Amino acid sequence: MFKHYFEQVHNVAIWPIISLSIFFVFFLGLMIYVWKIKKSYVDQMGEMPLKDDSPEIRTHSINLNNH
Amino acid sequence: MELQQFKYDNKITKYFIIATVIFGLVGMLVGLLIATQLVFPEMNMGLQYTSFGRLRPLHTNAIIFAFVGNAMFAGVYYSMQRLLKTRMFSDMLSWIHFWGWQLIILAAAITLPLGLTSSKEYAELEWPIDIAITLIWIVFGINMIGTILKRRERHMYVAIWFYIATFVTVAVLHVVNSFAIPVDFFKSYSWYAGVQDALVQWWYGHNAVAFFLTTPFLGLMYYYLPKAANRPVYSYKLSIIHFWSLIFIYIWAGPHHLLYTSLPDWAQSLGVVFSVMLIAPSWGGMLNGLLTLRGAWDRVREDPVLKFMVVAVTAYGMSTLEGPLLSIKSINAIAHFTDWIIAHVHIGGLGWNGFMIFGMLYWLIPKMWGTKLHSTKLANVHFWLGTLGIIVYALPLYAAGVTQSLMWKDFDAEGFLEYPNFLQTVTQIIPMYMMRAIGGLLYLSGAIIMTYNLIKTASSGYFIANEDAEAPALEKKKIVGGHWHSAWERKPVFFTVLVLVAILIGGIVEMVPTFLIDSNIKTIETVQPYTPLELHGRDLYIKEGCVSCHTQMVRPFRSETERYRGEYSKAGEFVYDHPFLWGSKRTGPDLHRIGGRYNDAWHYSHMYDPQITSKGSIMPPYPWLFTQSIDPEKTAGKIRALRKVGVPYPEGYEDTANEELKAQAQKIVASLKADGIEASEGAEIIALIAYLQRLGTDIKVETAQK
Repeated sequence: MFKHYFEQVHNVAIWPIISLSIFFVFFLGLMIYVWKIKKSYVDQMGEMPLKDDSPEIRTHSINLNNH
Repeated sequence: MELQQFKYDNKITKYFIIATVIFGLVGMLVGLLIATQLVFPEMNMGLQYTSFGRLRPLHTNAIIFAFVGNAMFAGVYYSMQRLLKTRMFSDMLSWIHFWGWQLIILAAAITLPLGLTSSKEYAELEWPIDIAITLIWIVFGINMIGTILKRRERHMYVAIWFYIATFVTVAVLHVVNSFAIPVDFFKSYSWYAGVQDALVQWWYGHNAVAFFLTTPFLGLMYYYLPKAANRPVYSYKLSIIHFWSLIFIYIWAGPHHLLYTSLPDWAQSLGVVFSVMLIAPSWGGMLNGLLTLRGAWDRVREDPVLKFMVVAVTAYGMSTLEGPLLSIKSINAIAHFTDWIIAHVHIGGLGWNGFMIFGMLYWLIPKMWGTKLHSTKLANVHFWLGTLGIIVYALPLYAAGVTQSLMWKDFDAEGFLEYPNFLQTVTQIIPMYMMRAIGGLLYLSGAIIMTYNLIKTASSGYFIANEDAEAPALEKKKIVGGHWHSAWERKPVFFTVLVLVAILIGGIVEMVPTFLIDSNIKTIETVQPYTPLELHGRDLYIKEGCVSCHTQMVRPFRSETERYRGEYSKAGEFVYDHPFLWGSKRTGPDLHRIGGRYNDAWHYSHMYDPQITSKGSIMPPYPWLFTQSIDPEKTAGKIRALRKVGVPYPEGYEDTANEELKAQAQKIVASLKADGIEASEGAEIIALIAYLQRLGTDIKVETAQK
């Protein structure tokens, strides 16, 4: 069943080599990107979870802390 | 810039949390029950619905899909809205998702004890439920992608990436692994056979751990740990590398579940290499989590949320080091099929998933009910009960695994097996099973205390169902430039496609050659399809969950060919096995060469009460097999379905199949009668005996011919 389709693919062995190359290049690119990434951007992204409280919850936490 | 007012939906999170807690308790309770059954077989209660083979999948499904699944959704729905500064895309989809998922769980809770199972681990549910899972999963996906598209925050935080990867990959895994041809509404046969079925199943099984139990929880870690510690993640750069390397490498590692089996060697080696590589991203993630607490370790002493999370992340680190080590062939040769693996998964399940969930709940509930935790003291008691529970659970099982494995492999000075009777290696480790159950009890007690504490917390506060929020609208103007990765993050659909490509490559490279190349499965001419009676027997073997405790895979070790008195298992022997039944754990002996080893009367007595033939066995009796009958009406449907997936039954065979069935049954009844046993032809036990006596014998025909 599956065989039938894959047999139509010429030179099937080339695909793993291509995928390896793609990902090697991808990772290389990723490392370079991460290396060169701007500090301000990284800081902004890292802060994201800490800056999402709604006003309601914030007031509430402040009240709790004052208790 | 104009500030927009909107409300976060907390109600959906609340409902998923309630489901998490309820199913968590149920799943753990079933776990405790089956752990007790391994010490006291009486705890099977003489009922087919409560026997170990049927309850074990109920336990794993309840924990994975009901406890961890609901917790994942609770965590995702809460964090996603806040990270994207918007309410979920559609409240209706949220509720369809919630109730649909609970109905699926209900269906699982009914069908699994009834013995309606595909037998493929963590994918046991039958095809109608599989379709329901697919639909509900798509609802979840649409809701998630829709939310991302209507966000008010330009960039997607790393947690969101992990959620996207979870959605995409689980969808692919579930659909590919669930391909089956239905026999009727409650029964189907896997599309794949033998080696191929095994490869697909463990590509699924391994990545279910990766993308259901790991990636969503890493997303939760990247959100809730900084929240609880009130400081940003240690290195956001590391989290980017963590994400891409983890999702790419994980998908290749599945074959490490099939080392020393009949899987082609190259596929095994590929699995080993990628498993070892996995240490890098996993530990990158763990260190990123732990180092987030740098300078805040004093708070870990006081805050139960942080305590739970620190142990969770540590357990993640431990089990992701252990996993790769277990994938090394020489270690796997000892650990595989033993309780070591059970200990390993419970470090992950109890430690990583469980403790992450507990930490998250202790943080979320006071927040959503606008109050303080009812009792920090009780949370601390829970923490210590849980931690001790994990240790008391896992350590005895490590000891049990190594002990039993070494006993299996032990030869005496004359070159004979030191422990030729498998049962000797079982009775040796029963005290460890007992301690494991105590560990489970401690862990469950902690969870009960948590439930009380959380209910008290909620009742002391006021639930904020719709939380006010405001954020500036996302400007529509096109932003040009920026680094390519930050540009990708702004394009969620493109990002999703990239994730899909990353995870497909590994699966395709592994599977295509196995399906394609004939030489991967050597044909054995004497291997024939099962007879109709054997088919019925095989389906009973599946129904009773025999595969939970018995493997059908004699590995190429002298200790195994000696013990199981036959050749090691060959790939060509399984070409008609839809599904494969190799198993993953030997609580009892391997059964691949059981055919012909004992006479019919032995099997008859053994199934009626294992104590008759094997004193001290922990296998439960199966009295119902003697009173229930097989349904010959179903024979034709089974044969037709199997023919569709490629088993060469001749055309029209289904019309005469029942005559053959009857003749074979009469033969077994006659052989029983010769041993003084009166049995009825149609009884289920006769079919099961037929199947067991067939197992692994085809290859012997070949040997005899030579």
